[in-house]
Amino acid sequence: MTSEKVIEVKNLVKKFGSFVANDNLSFDVYRGEIFGFLGANGAGKTTALRILSGLSKPSSGDVRVAGLDIYRHAEKVKKHIGYMCQKFSLYEDLTVAENIMLYGGIYGLSKKIIENRASTLLESLNFTSYRKNIIGSLPLGMRQKLAFAVAILHDPDIVFLDEPTGGVDPITRRQFWEMIYKASSDGITVFVTTHYMDEAEYCDRVSIMSEGRIVAIDSPDELKKRYGASSVQDVFVKIARPSNYSPNNN
Amino acid sequence: MNRFLGFVKKEFMHIFRDIRTLVILFGIPAAQILIFGFAVRTDIKNAGIAVLDRSKDEISTGLVSRLESSDFFILKQSLESGAQIDPAFKKGDIKAVLIFEDNFGKRLLNEGSANIEIIADGSEPNVANLVTSYTRAIISDYMIDYNGAMAEGALVIEPEIKMYYNPNLESQYMFVPGVITIILVLICALMTSVAITREKEFGTMEVLLVSPLKPIHIILGKVTPYFILSLIDLIIILFLSWLVFDIPIKGSLVLLMLESMLYIMLGLSLGIMISTMSKTMQQAMFTSLLGLMLPTIILSGFIFPVEYMPGIYSWLSMIIPPRWFVTIIKDIMIKGTGFTFVWKETLILFIMTLVFITISTLKFKKRLE
Repeated sequence: MTSEKVIEVKNLVKKFGSFVANDNLSFDVYRGEIFGFLGANGAGKTTALRILSGLSKPSSGDVRVAGLDIYRHAEKVKKHIGYMCQKFSLYEDLTVAENIMLYGGIYGLSKKIIENRASTLLESLNFTSYRKNIIGSLPLGMRQKLAFAVAILHDPDIVFLDEPTGGVDPITRRQFWEMIYKASSDGITVFVTTHYMDEAEYCDRVSIMSEGRIVAIDSPDELKKRYGASSVQDVFVKIARPSNYSPNNN
Repeated sequence: MNRFLGFVKKEFMHIFRDIRTLVILFGIPAAQILIFGFAVRTDIKNAGIAVLDRSKDEISTGLVSRLESSDFFILKQSLESGAQIDPAFKKGDIKAVLIFEDNFGKRLLNEGSANIEIIADGSEPNVANLVTSYTRAIISDYMIDYNGAMAEGALVIEPEIKMYYNPNLESQYMFVPGVITIILVLICALMTSVAITREKEFGTMEVLLVSPLKPIHIILGKVTPYFILSLIDLIIILFLSWLVFDIPIKGSLVLLMLESMLYIMLGLSLGIMISTMSKTMQQAMFTSLLGLMLPTIILSGFIFPVEYMPGIYSWLSMIIPPRWFVTIIKDIMIKGTGFTFVWKETLILFIMTLVFITISTLKFKKRLE
């Protein structure tokens, strides 16, 4: 983690009609950091993530991603980011190898580079023997890990993960976070939204959103100290809308 | 470009790995052509008849053999009495009974007129109508020949009726353009809208939108395979209808292909428009089926002629793209006309395509806001 800012957000506002989903957000994310984006359902975290990843446009405010202004360089930004959403993002009727080839191709990687990276990543995941299997035939946890590997195949500056571990068993979640650490140590910034408060503990810094605003942003340890809490979960319950929060709700 | 080709290749993989998609793509067109061609007929061939000849003279037997020698009728039974008529119909293999009165030939020659009774099976009104009119035509034909042979110089005015463009009134001439129109709408609009909404439903659309692929590339990548497959289908239909039913293409094949491509583009843009309005594949499928298939079948003029539709339906048919395409394709295939006769319809289809594309683009942009 360095002091180089890869995401800079100043006074970001997003309105849907009269409803304000993001109310004047300002925050920075640094290179190589694992940044947790927490909040109750409807707090506005997915809206913010969609704006940062180019799926939606802000109503006002300055946003720079990978050093590029998202208004002026929307297309350039896309080459520097990876994305994985809570819905499963690989094609179920294609094989592991075909999915990798497809996404690598979409990001403009040459066939040779894709093949090299594919064999490295399949080896590291112990998936080499599943190369020719149809994705639909693989268990969910395996698919999620593959989806993440594919999302960072083009070596992006930042990868956006929108509740990546929803519905996955604890062991796979653990392995998934090991992959996130690995990516982070390779210099990829990880921007992750999650509902699981134990996962928040793994982040370098977390931001907690409530009703469209960021109510706290710091490292998990600092937050716990500041609010006199034993875990991020306690912090969350203290400052986010407690009435609406349910940890198992996707 | 490589990005785009990879994406198109992936779309082909989706299609060729899904047996249901393949059935819709290739099974339905072939089945429709064969079903419409063999089963749905508005002309008659080899209809069974029975004859009750009370006279059995030269003229009556001559007439019967004339009926028999036509392609339209087969003599199934010769009846002996009126009591046999009802059982003959009940047996079900005859469509009509011809009854010659006593002394038919003699009366005809002596009194100048004689009676034939035609009893047709009215439980199938269309067939009954056709059978009786075919029979009358053959009888009057026979009488003219007979009079001529007798050289009595009787003045008979006999209108000679010719069916221009379709001399034998073959019903296939009508359904091939109809099937092409339906199939192309089915494949283009339905399959495309479902293919695009599938990406939305599965969440892969977001991943594509985040990627450096431009939205226009995503859409083009989705529709290119269907464009190619629609053309292949068109060729299969034309080939089958030529091979099995002998239906010629009188006009220019190139013009026919170009017009079809325009219509395919229109179908694809409709499919894209439907997909921008639907959240799920089911929604897209229902919109396509109810919103396109039914109007295509009923209002395109393929089964019911648009000229005779009551006011509101006739107006409705104006906004149905297939109505214009049916006209174009009939003109080219059956009448053999050139572009100068179908430019108006072509222009209408072109404008409709532009409208659909514009609506889709606006909808798509709104979603990003």
